Parts: sequence; structure tokens; C-alpha cells
Amino acid sequence: MSTLTSPAPTTPPAGRALPSALVGARLPKWAPYVAALIALALAVGAKYGLGWTGWYTAFFTAAALYIVVLSAWSYSVEGRRRAKDRVASTLIHACFVAAMVPLLLILVYMLQRGLPALTTGLSDPDLRGLLVGGLIGTLEQVGMAAIIAIPLGIFTSIYLVEYGKGRFARAVTFFVDVMTGVPSIVAGLFVYTFLLLGFGARPFGFAGSIALAILMLPVVVRSSEEMLRLVPRDLRDASYALGVPKWRTIIMIVLPTAMSGLITSGLLAVARVAGETAPLILLTGYSSFLNANPFSGDQATLPMMVWDQLGKRTGNPGTDAGAWGAALLLVLLVLLLNVIARLLARLAQPKTK
Amino acid sequence: MAKRIDVESLNVYYSDFLAVQDASIKIAPLTVTAFIGPSGCGKSTFLRTLNRMHEVIPGGRVDGKVMLDGEDLYGPGVDPVNVRRTVGMVFQKANPFPTMSIYDNVIAGYKIAGTRKGRNELDDIVERSLRGANLWEEVKHRLNRPGAGLSGGQQQRLCIARAIAVEPQVLLMDEPCSALDPISTLAIEDLISELKTRYTIVIVTHNMQQAARVSDRTAFFNLAGVGQPGRLVEYDETTKIFSNPSEKATEDYISGRFG
Repeated sequence: MSTLTSPAPTTPPAGRALPSALVGARLPKWAPYVAALIALALAVGAKYGLGWTGWYTAFFTAAALYIVVLSAWSYSVEGRRRAKDRVASTLIHACFVAAMVPLLLILVYMLQRGLPALTTGLSDPDLRGLLVGGLIGTLEQVGMAAIIAIPLGIFTSIYLVEYGKGRFARAVTFFVDVMTGVPSIVAGLFVYTFLLLGFGARPFGFAGSIALAILMLPVVVRSSEEMLRLVPRDLRDASYALGVPKWRTIIMIVLPTAMSGLITSGLLAVARVAGETAPLILLTGYSSFLNANPFSGDQATLPMMVWDQLGKRTGNPGTDAGAWGAALLLVLLVLLLNVIARLLARLAQPKTK
Repeated sequence: MAKRIDVESLNVYYSDFLAVQDASIKIAPLTVTAFIGPSGCGKSTFLRTLNRMHEVIPGGRVDGKVMLDGEDLYGPGVDPVNVRRTVGMVFQKANPFPTMSIYDNVIAGYKIAGTRKGRNELDDIVERSLRGANLWEEVKHRLNRPGAGLSGGQQQRLCIARAIAVEPQVLLMDEPCSALDPISTLAIEDLISELKTRYTIVIVTHNMQQAARVSDRTAFFNLAGVGQPGRLVEYDETTKIFSNPSEKATEDYISGRFG
């Protein structure tokens, strides 16, 4: 009988006796904090010692020193693999923080500037009128764009997943991908040329809806396609094997199973175009008066109101208070849509209990 | 009424690839027929041609004849939807519809197909089918709970209940026990012997003891090598296949000396 000899455990450099080969030497839990303190102290010391002027330099020096200190310490106690792990996880966390910083700054600054504007908007009839007009315009234009693009997009994705094969389906997929990359101003230009110049019409809200629908369509198609492909083949097979025709299988099995994802994809596409401005500049105009009719006359929207309030549209010096109010209202609207999307998606999810 | 199946020199293709070559088989009504053979020999593929489920796969096609009581399933004008209503199927992996309750899963065949029935009639169908699948006692108090919440063995019996609720004449089972523990397997095997009194049953299995236990006749499929089409090597009484098969390949396979 042969016995397997286990390879000699690599002794960590620490030289302290360990209870078993399975236990590795670890730094104490507080090690990262100590490393951070050391790095900070070194950086501040360098700032005054070397006479650096900026705090930013000191901050980034501290960050770089932190990685050096921690990984060197870890290497000496825990060994090579753990040290690499610490470097990698520090970098990943740092990237996460770096990505969150601008987001948080925007949110905080927008609340700081937008909340006062919204509260004055409650008492000041002029500002209130502008905000209400912009909100109604955005809701109507984006709503109608959704009514056009979501069914069209879902039907296209059903075609691609359930029926499409061969050259035509590949062509559809290709053009949907191309449409995803169309800049919004190009969609605006297209509608402007065909609808406004073509019929000699004045700007009106629904023209903006059409451009927004063009922008939404590829997003809806692509994401619903993913959702429909997630529905297991087993379920389609089970339905066919019961003698159910294909179209009823799609309506009764595939769509309900994918419903949660379809709702999310639809509402996220709505959120995506809600703040679109470029095509609206060409197509909807702007009105300081409330115009609730999207089919005739200039109509304000929230993104256009930001532009207008800064005075960029008229060339007059504007005020940024109204602009921040409109911006905050727009962000709240998108946030609300996201929350609704999540709630609806959760409600539509298949249950197991 | 249970029906008989006569397959005459059937070739089954995936696009250009010939998966099963020249298979002929006669299956009598109210019997259990087992298909055995190594993986990839085409037994599941062949099974799926018996209710035209094979063509659901892109590129799937057949030539040859599958006669159900003398009527060719692949004849001109035959609607695969009607074929599948007559020949039901249970799959390897239990696949209850996740959006539906136990109750709705059982009547899914009517509900999805849009057949209107009264509440009382549906209640009767649900009870009869669940009793038929030996699941009634376990779920009768929670018919409105989701079908996906049941255990694996219960889900598979729910799928059998769903398949027999539409009253097919033939029931095809594609390795129905391969994902189940021995107790659930036994429950399904008992169920097969009961269902035999009303349906013609064809079952694909990798478990030779199971084939020996439940089937009246056994068909052995084999393939000459990778990339070669599968063939129906031998088809006979189960007792003969497992005691004194005519073909050397069958004997090698059932005695474990395969390959």
C-alpha cells in the first residue's frame, strides 16, 4: 500500500509556529486601519517636510502609500498570495469609491440647489407655472413615446426570439444595433426634416415624442430580447406538448414568465429618454405658458426648461435657480419611474411559496 | 381509447445530420414500451418524433411514417397541435409553469389553449388528474400555491397530472425519473403501472432495472460510433431482452460490457 505524502507546507515568512498546516498566518483585523494611519501620517509628514502645497497631492500620496504599506506588511506576515489579494481588493474598492464620488457630488449639489427652487416654486406662481408646464410636457411627450416604442419593441423582440431566423432576422438585429448608436440629435434631425419641414409645420410636442420613440425602440428591443431568451425552452416544450399552438404559448407562457423583465426593460428605456434634450430643441420648441396639448404649439419640457432658465435659449442672462429646480424635478421623476419599475417587476415575478 | 403506434422506416434529421436511421417499431395499445440505449443513440430524439415535438427544434425533420391507429402523423394536412393533444409528453426535467398555481398547472392544457370549461368541470379534472398522478393527497389543501414550490418528485408528478388532464391517448415519457430520488422514482413507476390500464405508454430510460420493472416490451437503440446515426437494434418482449437477447450488442449493453 502506498501512502500519499502531502507536500511540505510552505512556511510563511513570519516564523511563528502555527497550529496546523491548514491555518495560515493572518494580519489582525485592525491591520488596514493601522496601515491607513501610517500612510496618512507619512503623507502629512511629506507634505510639511517637503513643503508640498496641495492637500490633493497629500491625499493621493496617502492612498498610494496605503497600498504599499499594507501589501508589504501582508507579504511579510501572510505571504505572497494574500498580499496580492489585498492589493487587488484595495484597488477594486478604490475604483468603486472613485465611481461613486461624482455621483454623490451631483446628487448632493442638486438637492442643495434644487430644493430651494422647488420650495419657492410652491409659492411663486411664475416659477410654479414653468415647472408644471415642463412636467406636463415631459410626461406627455415621454408617455406617448413609450406608447409607441414599448409595444413595437416588444413585438420586434418576440419576432426575433420566437420566429425570426435566417437573413432577415439577422438584418433586423443588425439595424437595431446600429439604431442603438444613433446620436439623439440625428433622430431629431430626421423627424425635423420629414415632419416639420416636410409638412411645413411649427414645432409641437408630439414631434418630440416620435424622436424619443426612435431613440427608445432599440433599447426596448435589445433588453426585451434578452428577457425572452431567458425563458427556459422546457416551458415552451411543455406547452407545445400539451397541444397548445405557438401563439398561445407565447401569450400565456413566454410573456407572463418574462413579464417582470419586460416591465423593467420598458421603464428603464423610458427613464433613459426622459432627460433627452437635443431632439427636443429642434422639434418641440419652448413655451413659458402652459400648453397641455402635445399636438399643437410649442410645448415646454423639463430638460428644455433647464436650458431656457440658464438663458441659453434666448441669449438673455438667466438665473440658475429655476434650472436646478427643473433638474431636480426631472431626476425625481426618473427615480420614481425606477422605483415603480422595481415594484412592478417584483409583483410580476414568478413565486415559489 | 388508447391507440397503437406503427413506425415504418423512419429517418430523423437535425438539419443534414441523420440522428436515427431506418427505425421501425410496432407499439400495441395499453402497453408500456421502454427505450434503452447509450447516450446520444437517438432514443429521446425518436421519442419526440412520436408527437411531432422533434420539429420544434430548428432544423428538426423526419422522413418515413408514424402511424397512429393507421393514420400518418406526418401526412399532408395533419396539424401538429392536434397530434400533441392526442399524444402527451412528460419531460426529463420537471417543468411546471412558474407563473401558475398547482391548480392552474394541472388545467394548463385547457387554460393556455383557451378551451372554456365550467368551474365544477375544472375542479373535477384537477382532482381526477392529481389522483391519477398520485399527488392529490399531498397537495389537496394547497392547490392555489405555486407549482414551483413543490419538491422535485412532486413537480414531476404534477407534470404527469398536467399531461393526463388533457386526456391523451398515448403518453410519452422522456427519462421521467432521471432527476429523482429512489422513493419518488418508485412512486412514478407505480403510477406508470396504473396509467397503463388507460394509456399507451412509451418511456425512455437509462435505468435498465426500471425498464425491466415497468415495461412490457423493450427497444434497444445503439450507434456505431460518434457522428454515426442511431439505430433500433432490437425490439422484443422485455423478459426476452433482459434474459436472452438475440443481438450481441444488446447483451453487451444490458450486462454492462458495453464499449
